Amino acid sequence: MTRSDSTTSSSIIKAAGSLRLHYLPKPFFSRQKSSELVASPMDWQGQKLAEHLMQLPLVLFAVLAFITGYVLGSFQTMLLIYAAGVILTSLIMVPNWPFFNRHPLNWLDSSEAEKYPKPQPANLGMKKKTSKK
Amino acid sequence: MHSFGYRANALLTFGVTILALMCAMASFSDNFNSPSPTAEVQVLNINWFQKKPDGDDEVSFTLNITANLETLFTWNTKQVFVFLAAEYETPKNALNQVSLWDGIIPTKEHSKFWIHTTNKYRFIDQGSNLRGKDFNLTLHWHVMPKTGKMFADKIAMTGFRLPETYR
Repeated sequence: MTRSDSTTSSSIIKAAGSLRLHYLPKPFFSRQKSSELVASPMDWQGQKLAEHLMQLPLVLFAVLAFITGYVLGSFQTMLLIYAAGVILTSLIMVPNWPFFNRHPLNWLDSSEAEKYPKPQPANLGMKKKTSKK
Repeated sequence: MHSFGYRANALLTFGVTILALMCAMASFSDNFNSPSPTAEVQVLNINWFQKKPDGDDEVSFTLNITANLETLFTWNTKQVFVFLAAEYETPKNALNQVSLWDGIIPTKEHSKFWIHTTNKYRFIDQGSNLRGKDFNLTLHWHVMPKTGKMFADKIAMTGFRLPETYR
């Protein structure tokens, strides 16, 4: 990056600076905008947690629903208990809750990245010419 | 699991798969039901017994059908379809089955019943073979499930005979 265009690099630093704020850990019950429940970031541990929070409750509710329905002799009861389980599970694992981002990823600052040279793409045409010589 | 849409899709897919499994188990549980239905039919009157202009025999009955089909119902039963068929043999066909009456039983409470009726559907032979014919009246039923496999069975009541001459 040898361009000395000050406008470009300062805007990049500003963007990097604003991005950093998203990765600060938040307390659980801070005020959330509804858009943040849809689009804010989630870390790897959070994704694993979300998957387990989906699989376990759904299977447990299914077992509970089937046993209750069979014992009471009511198909409708089974479906209602399971539907309640699906809705409850969706409330705990579909929105982007902050507890899914407790181990946030720390991306490197662009100001730090600039200090090190970028890897150059390999140029195969050049290599062939040198080996012939 | 990195986005809202991804997780919503995963939840719905997994949820529906588990629902399919629950329905399969519910259908399987029907195998543990051992039903013991009873039925009885009386031919109260032969209203008419004629040969139609096209050459086929026709007979009209008044029937009294009594049945107790309570044990057919399980938690997975939507309704029971029941029909009464006259069964007999002719030189042309080894088995003739003619449906005389049918009904739908929606709940267990309706499954212990009696009905006094003329035959709902016409009893017409393929030909002129009914005089002096021995026949069975067989009550068939289909247990229609809410989900899964349908079970069907029947009870044959024998000993019925049509008159030797037209009336």
